[in-house]
Amino acid sequence: MDFIRNFPLFTIILSLFSSVLCMLLDGRKAKRYTVCYACVLIALASAVLWYVSATGEPFTYVMGEFPAPWGNEIRAGVLEALLAVVFLTVLLCSVLGGWRFLLIDVEHSKINLYFTLINLLTAALMALIWTNDIFTGYVFLEILTLSSCGILIVREIGRTTLAAVRYMVLNLLGSGLFLLGVVLLYSLTGHLLMVPMRAAISEIVAAEGGVTTITFSLAVLTIGLGIKSGLFPFYFWMPDTYGTATPTSAAILSALASKAYIILLFKIYWRVVGIEVFQQLPIHWLLFCLGIPGMIFGSVSAIRENNIHRMIAFSSAAQTGYIYMGLGMGSPLGYVAALFQLIAHAVTKSLLFLTTPRLARVSGDSLLFQNLQGSGIRDRSAGFFFTLCALSMVGIPVFAGFSAKLFFAVAAVDTGKLGVLFPTMLALAVSAVLNALYFIRTVIRIYTAGRGGADISAPRIYAEEHNDADSGEPLPMSETRSERRSYWVSALILTGMNLFLGLFSWITVDFIRLGLDMFA
Amino acid sequence: MQETISALLANYEEAAAIILFVIGLSMLLFHGNLIKKLIGMNIMDTGSFLFLASMGYIENRKAPILVDGLREFEDYINPVPAGLVLTGIVVSVSVTAVMLSLSIRLYRRYHTLNVDEVYLLSRHQLEDR
Repeated sequence: MDFIRNFPLFTIILSLFSSVLCMLLDGRKAKRYTVCYACVLIALASAVLWYVSATGEPFTYVMGEFPAPWGNEIRAGVLEALLAVVFLTVLLCSVLGGWRFLLIDVEHSKINLYFTLINLLTAALMALIWTNDIFTGYVFLEILTLSSCGILIVREIGRTTLAAVRYMVLNLLGSGLFLLGVVLLYSLTGHLLMVPMRAAISEIVAAEGGVTTITFSLAVLTIGLGIKSGLFPFYFWMPDTYGTATPTSAAILSALASKAYIILLFKIYWRVVGIEVFQQLPIHWLLFCLGIPGMIFGSVSAIRENNIHRMIAFSSAAQTGYIYMGLGMGSPLGYVAALFQLIAHAVTKSLLFLTTPRLARVSGDSLLFQNLQGSGIRDRSAGFFFTLCALSMVGIPVFAGFSAKLFFAVAAVDTGKLGVLFPTMLALAVSAVLNALYFIRTVIRIYTAGRGGADISAPRIYAEEHNDADSGEPLPMSETRSERRSYWVSALILTGMNLFLGLFSWITVDFIRLGLDMFA
Repeated sequence: MQETISALLANYEEAAAIILFVIGLSMLLFHGNLIKKLIGMNIMDTGSFLFLASMGYIENRKAPILVDGLREFEDYINPVPAGLVLTGIVVSVSVTAVMLSLSIRLYRRYHTLNVDEVYLLSRHQLEDR
């Protein structure tokens, strides 16, 4: 059974190999291979999850057998394994669910390269989840940024180029700040592995020298990763990025890539600084104070949007605000709530991004609300799944979104500080109302005829906007059976996960708690 | 005041590194031209690398390569920062390459490299969707 200890490394190394392999395959084969390979990865990560929960102990994989202060390490506990399983499942569903639009949006000769990027992104995600070395974190952070940019720009319309440029400029800014923070922390501690760094930092804090430098470097790290993950006020790149990408990319970018940065930040707080030291520093107030306006302003921007994709992108900004608010509360339950929200958001938002293009597809490929009137009736399955996700985002009981909001409220009460309790409750209430305002409004819109009262049941398929003059291939106007089936499979898996998180939330919370106990 | 200045002078390499970083950061943020933004990014990264490299070097010590047998460990410098700088340079080069190719694509489409102008040009496209 000890062979399972190799699996975390396999998930990274095999993904790197797969990305090279996909370059050599043709598009459809690359897709088939990636789907099968993602299933294998889910099995590997599940085996690790089973192993660490059965033994009750995290394990460290020492690369090349170089011992602690010198070598590079991978570490696996319940939390890492759980996140890996969830992320890989969402990735698999995104690839399956967005396949039809990938064929439309991407030149056919380049589809295999798309899957090269997806596998590279998987490697980076896995490395960020498992790594125990902060500089490895930096390297894979850049790989994640580059592959994210690649899957964004693969849809060749003008706006995606601009969106990619803005995305990259902001991400480079974030990476630069992150690198500076890492360099400063290294100069303070003399280590890059998280465990010795933490020992050195607690010594420095105990001797009461250099606390200012630690606070400064942490602030730089936080701002760097905050820009990358869309912390208020750095969320303005989100609508362009998510709104113009092909559905699979939008789902992966919003549900996984931006969340991986938060996981790295979380790792730094817990494993590099140590959570006891972190709670003494003013950084968590910064997170709390930026998280709450993020929740409100993200939703306000979403209400003002006229384009469904951009609305959902702004809603991502609001949901990221929730996560940062949980991290900033400074109580153990706050961290549990933040991680639960991270998982719940990944599951819900990916399905939303996979579903809205289907609504647009039966509305003349328009994402504007006035054209989407009645689209839920024209494509009943898409309307149904959109409604489910919308209910979850608003926070209706039974769904994941409700449990997440409940945990935030419980965590706020648990801190016992009025300064935390009052703003949190107020922000939760206001943001729930705002969420309801734009999601329920959208649900009503996709099921009603609107002012014109025109016949909404007939599908409206207009000439293609994305029609690629160069490729000259006819576009698939109607969906084939296998495309429909793969959307249904992915939608059912994601909805199942959503309901599981909502109905049996305590199981996930127990896992997260166990993981946090192992994490420290 | 005098103490601060003498502290800065004593650590002039680190001070220069931070100044470079800030110059690069402000270029990346405030310049409209994409190529200048990229140059800013490279200057910013160079600042970080200078910081690392200056920390790794200690005067009168040698690189840890054994030429005439093992000497006292105080005779050698720490090689890790140099390794990190090399890794960082590789990352920076690949990011620059991707960004340059993006710039070409942007230029072909909009015939300008000024990001603000491109934004204005693309605005009307956004609204009619």
